[in-house]
Amino acid sequence: MEPSPNEARLPSAVRQSALAFALVVLTLFGGLAFSGAARADGLDDTLALFLTDKFPDTQKAINQLAADAPPQAAAILDALGDNRLLIDPADHIVAYRTADGSVVDAKTGAPVANAGTFKKVRVNNALRVAVEGATGSLTLANPDPERRLAAAVDVFKTRDAKALPALKSQLAKESDPHVADALRLAVAAIVATSDSATSADRLSAIDTLKARGDQDAQSLIDSLDQRATDPAVKAAAASALSTIHTHLMSWGAAQDLWYGLSASSVLLLAAIGLAITFGVMGVINMAHGEMVMLGAYATYFVQLVLPPSLQSWSLAFAIPLAFVVAAIVGVLIERLIIRYLYSRPLETLLATWGVSLILQQAVRSIFGANNRQVSNPPFMSGALHVGGLEITTNRLWIIVLAIVVFVGLQLVLRATRFGLQMRAVTQNRRMAAAMGISTARIDMLAFALGSGVAGIAGVALSQIDNVSPNLGQGYIIDSFMVVVFGGVGNLWGTALGAMMIGVANKILEPVIGAVQGQIVLLIIIILFIQKRPRGMFALKGRAVEA
Amino acid sequence: MSPQLDRIGLVFVVLLAAAAIVVPVLSLATAANSPFNIPPYLVQLFGKYLCYAILAVALDLVWGYCGILSLGHGAFFALGGYAMGMYLMRQIGTRGVYANPILPDFMVFLNWKALPVAWWGFNWFPYAMLMIVLVPGLLALAFGWFAFRSRVTGVYLSIITQAMTFALFKEFFRNDFGFGGNNGLTDFKDLVGFSLQSASTKAALFSASAIALILAYFVARAIIGSKYGKALVAVRDAESRMRFLGYRVENYKLFAFVVSAVMAGVAGALYVPQVGIINPSEFAPANSIEAAIWVAVGGRATLVGAAIGAIAVNFAKTWFTGAFPEYWLYGLGGLFVLVTLFLPRGLLGLLLRPQRETAPTPEAPALAIEEGADP
Repeated sequence: MEPSPNEARLPSAVRQSALAFALVVLTLFGGLAFSGAARADGLDDTLALFLTDKFPDTQKAINQLAADAPPQAAAILDALGDNRLLIDPADHIVAYRTADGSVVDAKTGAPVANAGTFKKVRVNNALRVAVEGATGSLTLANPDPERRLAAAVDVFKTRDAKALPALKSQLAKESDPHVADALRLAVAAIVATSDSATSADRLSAIDTLKARGDQDAQSLIDSLDQRATDPAVKAAAASALSTIHTHLMSWGAAQDLWYGLSASSVLLLAAIGLAITFGVMGVINMAHGEMVMLGAYATYFVQLVLPPSLQSWSLAFAIPLAFVVAAIVGVLIERLIIRYLYSRPLETLLATWGVSLILQQAVRSIFGANNRQVSNPPFMSGALHVGGLEITTNRLWIIVLAIVVFVGLQLVLRATRFGLQMRAVTQNRRMAAAMGISTARIDMLAFALGSGVAGIAGVALSQIDNVSPNLGQGYIIDSFMVVVFGGVGNLWGTALGAMMIGVANKILEPVIGAVQGQIVLLIIIILFIQKRPRGMFALKGRAVEA
Repeated sequence: MSPQLDRIGLVFVVLLAAAAIVVPVLSLATAANSPFNIPPYLVQLFGKYLCYAILAVALDLVWGYCGILSLGHGAFFALGGYAMGMYLMRQIGTRGVYANPILPDFMVFLNWKALPVAWWGFNWFPYAMLMIVLVPGLLALAFGWFAFRSRVTGVYLSIITQAMTFALFKEFFRNDFGFGGNNGLTDFKDLVGFSLQSASTKAALFSASAIALILAYFVARAIIGSKYGKALVAVRDAESRMRFLGYRVENYKLFAFVVSAVMAGVAGALYVPQVGIINPSEFAPANSIEAAIWVAVGGRATLVGAAIGAIAVNFAKTWFTGAFPEYWLYGLGGLFVLVTLFLPRGLLGLLLRPQRETAPTPEAPALAIEEGADP
């Protein structure tokens, strides 16, 4: 039976479990029984202090309970804080009322008769504060390591100087290394923010904080440095600060890299469909971003109609639906518009832009202009911590999705007949037609595939962003840059292009700002086109002339 | 340019010149209740359309005659507008909310102490005029030099120009950039001493826009009619062939691109005092693409058609957004689709009889055209 963690809300449960725990301890560890008995004598003296019902005496009793930490202490202090501690000065009995209304002896826990003559121990605000502090240090001494750890972390956060003696005494006898670390940190935090700490204390605090090496530690050492006058302490603080700074910098860089990878994966999902359609047909579908938007709305739609029991499986429905919806719309665009504009790519640009306006307005009419929120399924919420890295699970899954889509598309392109035909049309449309490939059919299917993949990108985006009718607009330029950078007709190029642009963006962002970063990237891409007009992975041979 | 197109152009110019005289007279000299009176707000509205028409002519010069579909011409328009806006801001002087004689209100609000260098000299009208021409012109020169030299063509160029205006769009949104952030520049008071609120200033700006449109037409017409213009059309139709013949193709394109950008800048400068505000949304890529559809609706490679298209589409937009605000985007989107599919030569193409000279697509050049182009 373990003590309940909800101490504040369930005092009776705590009290009972504390008592039960005491019994267990007494029976299981016979060796402890002696010391328990020895303490009990001390407890009698302490309890006697309550009988006078004078504030200074009560204060003393609280302090002694906290210092001696007898098993009953928690229950007694709890009762005192709640005005449930009763005394009978005539019979020298200290007792408290339990949650079920019965009155039990404070020391033995045995029921007490004729409780009617008892009176309550008076408490003022200063005493309540003392009770809280004492309860805190009692938990520091709690037999359960988990509780001790939580208490130490609490003290680290509050930096309550009053807890220092309790921390130190517990630290001296602590056996659990994790708890010991936490205790040391708490001591260090108190020392760092104290004006009166000794140089030796400060030096050891610096050591402890340096080992922790995070933002909290940095600011603590900083405040310690300002209070200290000893040059040795100052020097140690400075060296610790620079160590922590380097440490934080390298984790910060790793975090930026992670954000960059995450941005890249979204970019890849959005751009890879464009790479297919642009590669095969040489036309830019300006409504490509709207395919992404449709995919996101498909996810939203699935969330709306799915019964609660199936919500955690929503993505299993959303991904196919998004693919199919976007693919159908894509085929319609290809069949009704683009096919008539093949020799006029610039006009395709304008016509598909018109389609994008219509699709945006249509979605706005159906779903409303407001942002919609799609909730993450349980396995995609939360975050992992790896060292100083925070890795959000939804972004991790999007990277996985991007890889799966990439591998899937490679398989389609390399291992299927349709993929072979598509590559042939990309390389040389007329030759492919001469070999008996129905280029019109390939165009249509390629458009369906590219648009469908854009729809899947929309599912991914809906997990990290709000869903709105102009969600896709921002992606067409970036996606095109990726395709230009990577070269047409090679998915590896698209992947590398997305990775470089995504990561470069996030690395430039903290250095020169988000907008300037994008401008610099744009200039780099324009300069890059100077060197390699057909991208990093250009098709070789006659395809260049096509 | 065919003689037939020239005749239409002449009629258009005469009509414009007439409007430049008649509209101010009707606006200022007739009583407010007279049936012939044109209220100032309408004068302003039509003045705005004329500025769009100048932008359309500028775009037609590069798209219709040089095959460069710039989706970033809105940026040149907005830069000209910002240059004019900066002049107008500095004219406000002590009449601003914070009554600072030097700093515009937004700088006082942002707690800036000194005028940024970019703003120096803008209190002087000739300097502002110079910047209206220079800033878009130089940007076009730098951008075009890089783009054309590396032979970025077709959809690549279109998207890169769109990226350019998108980058500027974002940059101008930032308060730190020093041009008023997302609020832009507004609350203008007067232009070379004339209040922007008065009906006579509005009428004068309308006339100025009409005259600027006439000038833009004549400049573009002169370029196209010259030997250089013929080479330009040849570049559009058979770029590689021209290069092999020894022409410096990139220089031809660059010249047209820069002239066009300057025209767009002037259009923006005339636009700002008439609408009373310039903000980063003028850089939005959608605006530039919309300008392309004006040209397409009117008819590419016609100049007049582009101007007519700009006026017609914007008139429709004003009416449509007033009558059915929900459906305007359907209408605009439909226009994009229908015009490109069914009216590749635009409204003017319906009027003109089919002829050898009408624009083929640069990507599928007909042999006859290449031979017909005089080197």
